[in-house]
This record gives sequence, structure tokens and C-alpha cells, in this order.
Amino acid sequence: MLQTTVVVLASFAYLGLLFAIAFYGDKRAESGRSLIANPYIYSLSLAVYCTTWTFYGSVGRAASTGIGFLPIYLGPTLMVALWWFVMRKIIRISKANRITSIADFIASRYGKSQLLGGLVTIIAVIGVVPYIALQLKAVSSSFTLLVQYPSVVAEKASSVPVLGDTTLAIAIMLAAFTIFFGARQLDVTERHEGMVAAIAFESVVKLLAFIAVGIFVTYGLYDGFSDLFSHARQLPDFNALITLGSGMSYGAWASLTCLSMLSIMLLPRQFQIAVVENVNEAHLRKATWLFPLYLLAINVFVLPIAVGGMIHFPDGSVDADTFVLTLPMAHQQQALALFAFIGGLSAATGMVIVETIALSTMVCNDLVMPLLLRIRRLRLAEQNDLSFWLLSIRRAAIVFVMLLGYAYFRLAGEAYALVSIGLISFAAVAQFAPILLGGIFWKEGTRAGAIAGLLAGFLVWSYTLLLPSFAKSGWLAIGFLENGLWDIALLKPQELFGLTGLDEISHCMFWSMLFNVGLYIGISLVGRQSAAEHSQATLFVDVFKNTVDAPGSRFWRGSASLPELFALAQRFLGPSRAERAFAAYARKRGLKSHQELKPDAALVSQVEMLLAGAIGAASARVVVSSVVKEEPLDLQEVMSIVEESSQAIAYGRKLEQKSRELETATANLTAANERLKELDRLKDDFISTVTHELRTPLTSIRAFSEILRDNPALDIAERSRFLGIVVKESERLTRLINQVLDAAKIESGNAEWKSERVDLAELIEEAILATAQVFTDKNLRVSADLPASTPSITADRDRLMQVLLNLLSNAGKFCQPDTGVVEVSLKVELNTICVGVRDNGLGIAIEDQTVIFEKFRQGGDTLTDKPQGTGLGLSICRQILSHFEGKLWVESVPGHGAAFFFSLPLAAGEPGKSSPVGE
Amino acid sequence: MSKKVLIAEDEESILVSLEFLMRSDGYLVRAIRQGDQVLLSVGDFQPDLVLLDVMLPSCNGFDLCKQMRANTEWTGMKIIIISAKGRASEVQRGLDSGADAYVTKPFATSELRALVGQLIQ
Repeated sequence: MLQTTVVVLASFAYLGLLFAIAFYGDKRAESGRSLIANPYIYSLSLAVYCTTWTFYGSVGRAASTGIGFLPIYLGPTLMVALWWFVMRKIIRISKANRITSIADFIASRYGKSQLLGGLVTIIAVIGVVPYIALQLKAVSSSFTLLVQYPSVVAEKASSVPVLGDTTLAIAIMLAAFTIFFGARQLDVTERHEGMVAAIAFESVVKLLAFIAVGIFVTYGLYDGFSDLFSHARQLPDFNALITLGSGMSYGAWASLTCLSMLSIMLLPRQFQIAVVENVNEAHLRKATWLFPLYLLAINVFVLPIAVGGMIHFPDGSVDADTFVLTLPMAHQQQALALFAFIGGLSAATGMVIVETIALSTMVCNDLVMPLLLRIRRLRLAEQNDLSFWLLSIRRAAIVFVMLLGYAYFRLAGEAYALVSIGLISFAAVAQFAPILLGGIFWKEGTRAGAIAGLLAGFLVWSYTLLLPSFAKSGWLAIGFLENGLWDIALLKPQELFGLTGLDEISHCMFWSMLFNVGLYIGISLVGRQSAAEHSQATLFVDVFKNTVDAPGSRFWRGSASLPELFALAQRFLGPSRAERAFAAYARKRGLKSHQELKPDAALVSQVEMLLAGAIGAASARVVVSSVVKEEPLDLQEVMSIVEESSQAIAYGRKLEQKSRELETATANLTAANERLKELDRLKDDFISTVTHELRTPLTSIRAFSEILRDNPALDIAERSRFLGIVVKESERLTRLINQVLDAAKIESGNAEWKSERVDLAELIEEAILATAQVFTDKNLRVSADLPASTPSITADRDRLMQVLLNLLSNAGKFCQPDTGVVEVSLKVELNTICVGVRDNGLGIAIEDQTVIFEKFRQGGDTLTDKPQGTGLGLSICRQILSHFEGKLWVESVPGHGAAFFFSLPLAAGEPGKSSPVGE
Repeated sequence: MSKKVLIAEDEESILVSLEFLMRSDGYLVRAIRQGDQVLLSVGDFQPDLVLLDVMLPSCNGFDLCKQMRANTEWTGMKIIIISAKGRASEVQRGLDSGADAYVTKPFATSELRALVGQLIQ
């Protein structure tokens, strides 16, 4: 029979031992022979991660989900592998900036934002206090169980009055321990070596206790693992327990693993131990394998104890969460049962102590101090010695957090909200992940983005996880959980926006991370950083590059006086500590005493850092700025520098754009110039061609006129022959001038057009008659293939005649004498009428088939081929036809003649034939 | 022995006038209308002077002029280009190709006769 007094005495003796160890640790630290300055203690202290939730809960979880208890330990194991990249950076940043908590870290990163620090603190308190309550509950229920020894059936917990509650006594002792070893002095950055030593010791105790129970079950009750598991095979569902994916979906595996990866960094107690209490970042190297090894060791016996319990208590009368305790009890192992209880107690107290220190630091520095500093009536910054004040606040915060935990434990009791709090806590602190990880790797993250992301993630977490757990505990009407808020199904907390098929943790993680990350990145990208934010972002992200620079010095210019700064430090740190700190700083600068220090930027930031250790970065900044005459222009100067550089960038962009526009304009101008040159050249060519065309007949006329004048004795026949030439050339000249004028008239739009009914067949016959002379001269054959009746068209009869004459005379010109044949055809198509003039002459080279329609362009080399005609005919023809919406084109195979075609639309009301007239 | 003048011109009326003018001045004249006949005629007729049109069917007067100048046997022969192309660049091109004179159409008959006389008498 285990007497209550024995258990109580053992418990308090254990706590006394903790005090002794912590005291010894602090003594060693003061004498300069640190107990904890080695990687083994550091790794052991990290095992504060394993709480009673591990000690008792893992077995319970294993009994229900089999190996489903593993993700909680796989996550940290995976994460620790990345620590050299992530945690080392966080540690380096924290050391450089005297960071005291995760709230401080985040606030500091985003421009020392008090708002953000407060927000992180509130979320951490809401998320973690129930977790503290869970530890107290575990202590309480294991105590209740143990004093019933050897009965293992838990009695209905009779309501214990608060005053006689052992748990309260333990909580008070823990608060005392925490105050004594956690808040004896002010500067949090001076580590709590005694506390860390005690925590490491506790990690050893809980590991040994758990392994002892495991060995007892495996080797005492059974004949080793194989014997145990061969018995276990008779259990129903045994295979499901040891199969991946049967107790728990793969999705839940993944989300739990991710969640615990984040928790190992972000839980306030983990941040406290891993970052704030870290002595040497090189310790991380050993911790990278030692800590996973610890996790492995404490998990080896989880399944054996679980299956042992299930075999021994097959009726389910004993809660699987208590197997660690009840198995030794059921087998009358008093000492082992007591050891197991002490193990559980060590797991609980370790967690509670560290968590309370971390939370109280946050509450004090990021919640209370900023508020007090804001209340001007208190004139806090002007008090002579604030260090007592500060310590009192810190201590009060410890008691407050502890009592909050105890109160929650009393209120919640067996409620669902307490049982499920482990993972809910994890999910709460996971909300810090985007802004913390983003903060150390991504410079563009802004304060506004961080606040929005964090707030959104927290609200989603509250709505999808916290409030439902309250509802399931019966503290809230269950209606909103089942039907959604305001009966809107899309707002069902655990099927948000219709997302189903996920367990509640995965579901919460999905939505909260979506909003958190989305808003953080989105708002950061849209908004702009202030100068302070920018400077902090650079300090954090580039911590490995900027080790030489004094933090903040680049962005600070102002004036301060040494006495004022010193007085400020004295007020917050106490006279002797301030003296020491200043003397140490003066030595570092190579000065004999701190009186010689110059109140420069470096000193100001040094003082700010000293104070940051005591009251947090955000508050320290406010306090320091109260004595530093930071010329109002200075921050603006920084801003204007930033502004200027961004303006320079913008200006550069504008310049680039302008120069691009200029280039385009230049290109356009060049093209226009080319076009003008081309036009100029064409005009030149035109004039040259026209003058050439005019010169030729003029040459003959002048030559013969002079001959006739100079040779009056010419005989009559020669005289009349020469005169005939003069007349003919004059006519040629007239024709040429008329055509040039005609072309110009058509082109300028001044030509007069008649619009009349024209019978094309009749017109063709007329044209052939008119050109008959040309054909008979060269002995050519002309034929016309005309249908019996043709629809008339509307056009200018004389102009169409001009076209036909031109085509016919061209055909005649290019035909060989005697063998030449010219055929004229007329076809009526659907709604056009098409006329063709085909010859069997030389044909037109492919490359000339388009140019011949241009003015003064004729087929062949203009230097060698004597132009026949003016070179204007086809150009005029094409213009005439296009006036009547017709077309003119040529088909020719060089050497096989050419065929010119033109088509004109039929007059309205003159339907064409439905099919083309035969070829 | 009277001097010989070869006329290469495809415009019939101009050819007639040139032929009349040269004959009146007592030269022995041969007239051709095709560019490709020029070199043959020069070799065959051995003229003292050639009146050469630039735009001849199938041959370019400038090239013909160069070819004639390339033949060392004909170094004493004079060449006058007669062309409707009157731009300075064209005149220069004609002189560069080896012509002794460049006459633009329409020309004054008296000037042409004086030029011919100056070159070969």
C-alpha cells in the first residue's frame, strides 16, 4: 500500500532535488564553470518537448491508432536535420539582437512592432495555457490513481477543495521554482543555467522511468519483444496497429508530421530552450543527432507498453493513457509505480517551468510593459530605478500564467477541450511559422503583411479548432458546429467552404495556412516597408553577412548624452548591473572607464540592446527614443534615402521607357524618311522618264526643222518626207503630253466620269475596228469570241474604249508580224463580266508582271529595250477599271504570249448566268 | 579620202536626221539600229567616229563604249554619245566609259556638226 504521504513526500523530495540542481547550476555559472556549456545538456534540455503527453499520452495514442503516435516524433526528427540552416540562423539573430522570446523575435523582425509582439503573445497564451493545464491534470490524475494502489480502476474524481489540492501545491511550488530560477535577475539574455540544468536532469528522469516500465513489461511480464508480440497477435485488430495508414489516413500522417516539425521550433518553451538558453550555436551540431536519438529511445517501448496494457486489461476498464502507471501497479511493483509517477511528474514540471518562463517573458515584455509605457501618467521612463518594478511584473506574470493554467485545469476537468489540447496547441503556434521563417529568409515581408497573415491564421484556427473543441466540451451551443454559423453550411467550422474528407487538424492547417501565408505574402508584396522595417529585415535575413555592423547604426543619427543613457540603463537594470554593462562595453572599445564613452550611435544601440534583454526589443526602442534626441528629420532622412533610391529606380525605368519610345520614334522617322526618299526617287525617275519621253520626239522635230531651215535646196520629195516626220513626232509629243495629263487627272481625282449603260460586246467590236490598221500593217489575225447577248454594265463608255484600245494596241505591238494572233473573249460569270485580250507574242517575264501596271514601267531592261509607247497606258487602264470597281491583271508564260484580263461588276438588275459560259 | 561615221540609233526619225546631217557634211555613213551590231560594224567599217545612242535594243551604250575603248586597234576612233539622258551623273558616266563627247537630245544640228568636224578633221 502506497501511502498518500509517501507519494506526496516523494513528489516534494523530487521537486527539492530540482531546486538543488538548479541552485548548483547557477552557482557553477557564477563561478564561471558552466554546468550546461556542453551539447549533451543542450540536447537533453531540448527533450522538454516530451511532456506528459508523451509520457502517458503516447501509449494511449498507440493503443488506439497503433503507430499513429509516431508523427509527433518523426516531425522533430526531420526538422532537426534542417536546424543547421534554420535554427542556427535564428540563434545568431537572437544573440545579435538580444531576443528574449518568440514574440520578441517576430516583433523585432517587423520593425520592432509592439502590436505584432502583443499579438504573438496573446496567441501563445491562448494556445499554450491549456497545454499547461493538461500537464497539471496529468499530475493530478496520476496522483489520484497512485494513492489508490493497488486498485487500478480510476475512481470518479471526487471534487477536491482548491485549498487541499495537491496539484495546486505543486503548481505553487513550480511557480516558486520558476520565479527563483527564471526571474531572479532581469536580463533574460543572461541565461538561466540552473533552470536548464534542472530541465536536463528531468529529461533523464522521465526517460529512465519510461524505459524502466518498458523493460519491466517486455522482460518482466514477458520473455522479451518476440514473446510479447506473439501474445499480442491474439489481440483483435493487432495488425491494424502496426500497419501504416490503417489507424490514421496518410493525409493525417503528413499533416501531423508537418505540424510537429513546426512545433519543435515554435512552441514558446522550445524557442526558450533551443534559442534563448543556447550557450553556443555549435551545440546544434551534436543536438542534430542526439535529440532524435532521445526521441527514439523514449519511443522504443511505447508499443510494447501499449500492447502489454491491452493484453492485461482486455475489458477496457483501464484508460490506456495510464498503462505506464497501472501496469506496474497491477503487478505489485510499488517502487516502479512510484518511479513511473515521478517520471510523469518530471515530464509535467519540466514543461510547465519552461513554458511559464517563456510565456511570462512575453506577457511582461510584449504586453504589460508596452501598455505601462504608454500610460503617461505613470511617467515610467522617468522613474529612478525600474528594475524592481520590472522584476515584480515578470514574477507576477509567472504567477499569473501558472494560475491561469491551474484555473483552466479546474474548469475544464475531463472536458474534450483539455484532452485534445496537445495538437490544438501545436496548430496555434504553427501560425507563427510563415512570418518567422519568412522573416529570416525573405526581406520583402512587411509588418502589415505579418499582422494580417498572423491574425487571419489565428482567426481560422480559433474558428475551426478552438471553438469546436469548446462546443464538444459543451461550453458552446453545438449548433454552429453541426449546421455552420448562422446555419450556413459553407461556414461549418470543420467543413469550411465545403472542404470535407480531412481530419480536423489537417482541415484547420489547410485553411489557416492558406489565409496566413496568402495574406502575409500578398500584403507584403502590395505594401511598402518603413525604414525601420527595412533595416530590421536586412539585419535578420543577412545576419550571416552583417556581423560587423552594429545593429541599427546605419540608420540612426541623432544626439544623446552619456549621463542620460547611463541613467536610463540604471533605471531598468539597476545601478550595479548598469555599471558593469557599461564598463564591459568601454573595455571592448579599448577605453579605461565608461566615462570616456562617446554617446554615439553605437552606444545608443548598445543601450537599446541591453534594455531589450530586460524589456523586449519593441519596448526598449520606445524607452531609448525618449532620451535620444533623434532629430525628427533623421528618420525621414532615412526614408528619403530609401525614397530617393526608389525614385531613382523609377526614374531609371522612366528613362528606359523614354529611350525605348525614342528608339521607336527614330525607327519610324527613318522609315518615313526612307519612304520620302523613295517618293523623291520615284518623282525623280518620273520626271527623268517623262523628260526622256519628251526629248525623243523633240529631238527629231528640232533636227528636221533645222535641216529644213539650213537646206532650202532640198528636193520636194525629201522636204515633204522630213515634214511628215516632224508632223508625226509632233503628234507623238501631243499624245504623250495628253496621256501624262490624263494620268495626273485620274490620279488627282479631277477626272470627269460619265455613268451610262454600256454593251461591252458592241464596244469590243468597235475597238477592233478602230485598231484594224495596226493589225493589217503587221499582218496579224484578230478574232473575237463574243456571246450572242450580254448583259450591259454601267460605266464610262469612252474610258472603257480607251482601255480596250490600249490592250489591243499593246497586243499588236508585241506580236511577231505575219504569225501574230490576237484573240478577244468575253465571258459572263456570276455577277461579273470578264474580258480577255490574248496574244501569242513574246510574253512577259514573271518579275515584270506586276511592275508593268506602274507608271512608266515597262517590261525589260530600260537601258537596252527601247520603250514602245509612253509607259503610262496600263497604269491608266488599271485606274479606270478600279474606278468602276473592276480589276485588271495579266497571265503570261514568257515566250508563249500574254493574256490581259479585266473584269467589271454587272449593272444592278442584270443578273449574270448561274454558271460560267463555256471555256 | 572622206572620213567614216558610224551611227547607232534605234529611233528611226532621229537616225534619218543624223544620217542626212553626216552625209551632207561629206562623211561616209553607215547606220545601224541594233546594239549587238555595233562592234561588228566597227570592225568591219573601221569608222573614224561613232555616234552612239545609249538606249539601244539588247545593248547598253555605256558598255559598248567601254568595249570599243578596250580594243587597242581602235584607239584613234572618236566616240560621241548621243542620249536623252541629260543628268550630270549620266554625262559623267558616258565620259568615264571612254566617250570623247556627250551630246544630249534634243541637240542643235550646227553644234553637232561642229563637234564632229572638230574631232575628225
